[in-house]
Amino acid sequence: MTDFAANPALDRPRVNYGKLALRIGLYLMLAFFVLAYLMPLFVMVTTSLKSLDEIRTGDLMALPREVTFDAWRTAWSSACTGVQCEGVRPYFWNSVQLAIPAVAISTLLGAMNGYVLAQWRFKGSNMLFALMLFGCFIPFQVVLLPMARTLGILGIAGTIPGLIFVHVIYGLGFTTLFFRNYYVTIPAELTKAAKVDGAGFFRIFWSIFLPLSLPIIVVAVIWQFTQIWNDFLFGVSFSQAGTQPVTVALNNIVNSTTGVKEYNVDMAAAIIAALPTLLVYVVAGKYFIRGLTAGSVKG
Amino acid sequence: MTKWLSDHMPKMVLAPSFIAILVFVYGFIGWTAWVSLTKSRLLPKYDIEGIIQYKRLFASPRWDTAMDNLFLFGALFIVIAMLLGLGLAILLDQNIRTEGFIRTVYLYPMALSMIVTGTAWKWILNPGLGIEATVQGWGFENFKFDWLINPDMAIYTVLIAAVWQSSGFVMALFLAGLRSVDTEIIRAAQVDGIPTWRVYTAIIIPSMAPIFLSAFIVLAHLAIKSFDLVIALTGGGPGYATDLPATYMYTMAFSRGDIGQAASSAMVMMMVVFAIVVPYLYSELRAKDD
Repeated sequence: MTDFAANPALDRPRVNYGKLALRIGLYLMLAFFVLAYLMPLFVMVTTSLKSLDEIRTGDLMALPREVTFDAWRTAWSSACTGVQCEGVRPYFWNSVQLAIPAVAISTLLGAMNGYVLAQWRFKGSNMLFALMLFGCFIPFQVVLLPMARTLGILGIAGTIPGLIFVHVIYGLGFTTLFFRNYYVTIPAELTKAAKVDGAGFFRIFWSIFLPLSLPIIVVAVIWQFTQIWNDFLFGVSFSQAGTQPVTVALNNIVNSTTGVKEYNVDMAAAIIAALPTLLVYVVAGKYFIRGLTAGSVKG
Repeated sequence: MTKWLSDHMPKMVLAPSFIAILVFVYGFIGWTAWVSLTKSRLLPKYDIEGIIQYKRLFASPRWDTAMDNLFLFGALFIVIAMLLGLGLAILLDQNIRTEGFIRTVYLYPMALSMIVTGTAWKWILNPGLGIEATVQGWGFENFKFDWLINPDMAIYTVLIAAVWQSSGFVMALFLAGLRSVDTEIIRAAQVDGIPTWRVYTAIIIPSMAPIFLSAFIVLAHLAIKSFDLVIALTGGGPGYATDLPATYMYTMAFSRGDIGQAASSAMVMMMVVFAIVVPYLYSELRAKDD
């Protein structure tokens, strides 16, 4: 793969030295970037295990002299988000209650929409698809104000169902895109044959398409889960004390101005807020990347 | 009746989602556009008054800073993330034994919330305790790294965190692109004795033009939407030195109670996004129809 091997001016052993040096340089560079990318995570974990005294006197990069889980306990159950001091636990639970239904509903609707747009095309269906796709790209600032009013009118302002509603609506474009692009690759003859056999619209979906859909369901679920779990803008705009998701609580803990700044608690809270999506990434990395690229290359 | 029902079932299944998008995307954009042309302050008004909100917006020094920041941050973010992503992808493309592990490390920041990223970097860049204090502790007493609290430099801390978070993703895109280049052509070039760097610059990279475009669109989109990261890292400060249009809009909407300004700034953001994305989507969808 390397270049200097082709240089005829050099004799054989020196060529190999050059190659070897290049190889070593290559690995050194890769290792440097590995360390650079890992550094923040390393700092977060080590800081969360240190005492405040050790943080003040010690070194950012140093390992904790004495490992303590106090910061984790505080972050989980007693850190203050503004006036309340219950840690991130209730907010973590809010995020779970919010993400699971929002992911499930938007994925199911996306699957049905994708199925129609790919297999039951009608006049104008491509146009509808294009209109739905554009919806993925709007900066959400442009819908914040009318959405706040609409949630108020619907009586779900500041509630978890309200946030689920918002996430389902603005997730639809992406999930539809995923399933549509997946179902397009399934030959239309399959649907036709099933129709001849007397199967209806839903029967074909449940018995033929859904069983084939596992890989794309995984992609859509991971994409939606990371989007919704990591969301901050909707969370901070449409929730109130008590219904906030974990990202909003984390920000409130970190940016609360009262009392002594507890960096170790901040870091522990940040790791807790990051754990679910990190876990998904580690367990299903392949699908994570697929979702990421599918969601961004085409939508 | 059942015949009619089964004939129209596909449209009926699609209808709720489509209506939802129509109302909550296009209808809401219309609402915001309308309000941006009124004198709305704390409450929306619906009497159209012309472009006064836009005049106020463009006369506001804070909006000026926000737009300047967006273009500075956006341009550097796109260029650096692309170069770094491409560089890392090329390095990883050299038959690296631990490729899977390294790729995982480069990409994990993308799984994190921007709020988490902002929190982590806020701590690392904290002048009193973070990198500055650490390097001083190593004996370089005069070392200064106070960008986070320096109004002229704070926007670059946002850049550092944003590049850290997104460059791995660009790397993944480019790596996939490198792998899809026809290996026959590459082998032929190597047989001809063309050096590797020439193979990259003359054959491989030019053939990845669509990936550059995709990466550009994604990064530009990310830059314009950057909101959480600024909130968590600098809170828009010091002063409003790191404000972006997204944080400006949020401040106007939810803490200043100036709905007219919020609406007009949101509309400008949307126009910037559309100027970038619409031509791209148009060409993508057209290409599919052919």
